[in-house]
Amino acid sequence: MSIELIVVLLVAPLVGFLINGLFGKWLKGSEKLSGWIGALAVLVSLVCSIIVFASLHGGAAPFDETLYEWITGESFAFNIGFHVDALTAVMLLVITGVGFLIHVYSIGYMHGDEGYTRYFAYLNLFVFAMLILVLGNNYLMMFVGWEGVGLCSYLLIGFWYDKQSATDAGKKAFIMNRIGDFGFLLGMFTLFAAFGTLDFGTIFDAAEADNFQKVFGASTLVIATLLLFVGAIGKSAQIPLYVWLPDAMEGPTPVSALIHAATMVTAGVYMIARSAVLYEIAHTGQVVAWIGVLTAFFAATIALTQNDIKRILAYSTVSQLGYMFVGVGVGAYASGIFHLVTHAFFKGLMFLTAGSVMHAMANELDMRKMGGLKSKMPITHWTFLVGALAIAGFPFLSGFWSKDEILHSAWGSSPIIYGIGLVTAFLTAFYMFRLIFVTFYGESRVDSEVASHLHESPPVMWVPLAILAIPSALIGLLLGWGGHDSWFHHFTKSVFPDAHHDASGNVIVFMVISSVVGLAGIAFAWRRYSKRVPSDEPTGALHRLLTNKYYVDEVYNTLIVQPVKNGSQFLLWKLVDNGIIDGIVNGVAALIRFVGGLLRRLQTGLVQAYIISMVLGIVLFLAYYLFFT
Amino acid sequence: MALEYYLVLSALLFTTGVIGVLIRRNAIIIFMCIELMLNAANLAFVAISRSLGEATGQVFVFFVMTVAAAEVAIGLAIIVSVFKHRQTINVDEVNSLKG
Amino acid sequence: MNPEQILFILFGAVSLIGAIAVISFRHPIYSALSLIVTFFAQAGLFVLLGAHFVAAAQVIVYAGAIMVLFLFVIMLLNLGTLSVKGAMGSKLKGFAIILGILFAAEGIYIAVKAMNDTAVAAAEPATEAVTITTYQIGELLFSKYLLPFEVTSLILLAALIGVIVLVKRESQEEN
Repeated sequence: MSIELIVVLLVAPLVGFLINGLFGKWLKGSEKLSGWIGALAVLVSLVCSIIVFASLHGGAAPFDETLYEWITGESFAFNIGFHVDALTAVMLLVITGVGFLIHVYSIGYMHGDEGYTRYFAYLNLFVFAMLILVLGNNYLMMFVGWEGVGLCSYLLIGFWYDKQSATDAGKKAFIMNRIGDFGFLLGMFTLFAAFGTLDFGTIFDAAEADNFQKVFGASTLVIATLLLFVGAIGKSAQIPLYVWLPDAMEGPTPVSALIHAATMVTAGVYMIARSAVLYEIAHTGQVVAWIGVLTAFFAATIALTQNDIKRILAYSTVSQLGYMFVGVGVGAYASGIFHLVTHAFFKGLMFLTAGSVMHAMANELDMRKMGGLKSKMPITHWTFLVGALAIAGFPFLSGFWSKDEILHSAWGSSPIIYGIGLVTAFLTAFYMFRLIFVTFYGESRVDSEVASHLHESPPVMWVPLAILAIPSALIGLLLGWGGHDSWFHHFTKSVFPDAHHDASGNVIVFMVISSVVGLAGIAFAWRRYSKRVPSDEPTGALHRLLTNKYYVDEVYNTLIVQPVKNGSQFLLWKLVDNGIIDGIVNGVAALIRFVGGLLRRLQTGLVQAYIISMVLGIVLFLAYYLFFT
Repeated sequence: MALEYYLVLSALLFTTGVIGVLIRRNAIIIFMCIELMLNAANLAFVAISRSLGEATGQVFVFFVMTVAAAEVAIGLAIIVSVFKHRQTINVDEVNSLKG
Repeated sequence: MNPEQILFILFGAVSLIGAIAVISFRHPIYSALSLIVTFFAQAGLFVLLGAHFVAAAQVIVYAGAIMVLFLFVIMLLNLGTLSVKGAMGSKLKGFAIILGILFAAEGIYIAVKAMNDTAVAAAEPATEAVTITTYQIGELLFSKYLLPFEVTSLILLAALIGVIVLVKRESQEEN
């Protein structure tokens, strides 16, 4: 492993971005070329990632090197430096692997779109920013990537910028992320104040040496880690900042798959896993775990009643991210990251299949208008089924392994968290199979006009689906066999501090419980929805509450958005801006105009008036000179 | 003959010129008054020159005359131009500078 | 009273009356003629002061050349008298005259004061003043004041060109 390899890995998507971004105008004629340039750029990164992974797997030492000094001051220095260890390698494989397949899929999905080259430019820029996020060896570089992916997320959610709802969703995501990023920034400042550097290695070593009580005393790390977690809450859509993610489904579906399911939203999980040492010392993992499990449960209940397939997947993502936070929160960092990996595959897969359904259904998203798609779109159906089984925890599929590990670790930490997690697992299986039964089975409720050209998607779209389906199904078995003793745990063991919550109880028992719960959810969904369609009108108060997503958006709107708007309009705009600032500006102008009006009378235009004043001046001057000096 | 009589006479002539500039509205007469003032200054120059026994004062008179000649040529040309434009040389009516 | 004093009073009175006449006549042609009288009287004063060269120049340049120019312009424009009414009312006229009197008073005060106590009075020769010859003027003009002399010639050249430009443009506009 050499620094050149890392640079190539990092820069390839940037080159793709520059080609598509700068010369997109000339590529418009041949949109295939533009798409393949984007995909090729990520493929180069993928190959490099595989080399990196292979070398680490072969026993190479973690790589940490500085490329050059970025900002240097008397007492501080920030470097562009890379840190590559097992955790980075896993993230690299997820980002570039899933990213590459989604690029290929997009070539077909975005066919004929007005902003084709712009789309691939943004997508490549996103991959570049995400790579910076995971490759950096200090918090500042992580923050650069963190902001970069936020920007690309904003650009891609609002990709169809002539649609009001899309631009609104983009702004919502951006503002919600800003709130989180503010916390992240404060966390960075705290760390810098305490350690005088932002380098991972230096900070972690100093923290372990108890050398951190400089800013807030013993609670320095508690405050720093909680502030960093605020950043993660924003980026990874946890309570209370999760509301942007369901709205982010306004963007193109492959974007939802890549950014809002597989990679960007997991940045928070990655950040906590990377900072595991700090969270261990500060004992703030419990907060993380609780926020995670509550989000998981909360989002799963909302997903029960939604009818928009992409929104169900979005709430499901929020819910699964909650699981990941439970994992890293209870100290099972490897399990959290393991769930991140499996989730990236099966959730990416499900988003892409949802995109395939949309593609065939003329952008219809309401599953009440679908039904019976199984026969028309067999590949889409089977791949979706694989993803759904995986997320539902069907035995031996990937979600089963990762979720089970997290729940097992949670039991060791707090049985309550375990209980809520288990209920959430049941809900997850239920709403996923509700989606499957309503969409793919039963009577067809498709409009006759749409039904006439209902078809399976082209190969450029279904091939990535098929390829993604394989790891979605099997990766858990391959990497996770053996639970806490699995290959994945061995591979990442060097990165994380030893889990101090010893897994208690028999692993097999937990596996059986999880499986039973998952299967129960599937069965329950089959009983309820295999023959029936969700009713249009909510029945009962609870149902109405869930359909309206607990009115969280409305509450935020009333408590925060409207007061800010009113304050801006009446206080800041009408009073401060119009009254005071404009008043001062206009007042100065009016004063000068008034004085000018007075002075103007002196300019009579009569030569003799001027001469008289001149002579008067001479007379007065002479008088002063002669009689007063 | 004492110098002061010449200086007083010079002052009176100069003042006459100033009053003329102030009260007359005919541009040509205003111009003549300026010549009057220049001449009054010349008188003072020559008187002091004689009183000091210095030739310098008369050299200055020579310069003043030259400049006055140039000034008259230009000034009259301007008056002619103004008259062609406005059909008047009344300085009260030439008031484009009015603010 | 010696002849010099009589001549001073005569020339001084004529020049002052001529000056007042310049600003009093309504018609500019009378003003111009009065101005010529004043110039001649001043030339006499210059002769009294022993400045013969200046007196000659006064007659030739002022009374001869400059006043001829004035008369030419007056006749060319054929103005007649201007109407008495104007924006400058009589109140300003009164104010202007008061200003002028104050101005004259100050000037006379300076003259008298200067005679009484300054270096000019001290430097005054006791009896007969020296007559300045044309030779002395010429010597100064072409030695000490050579540069101003040359500059003056440039000013005359500039005036010459300026007048041509002014008048020529007018004729073009008329066409």
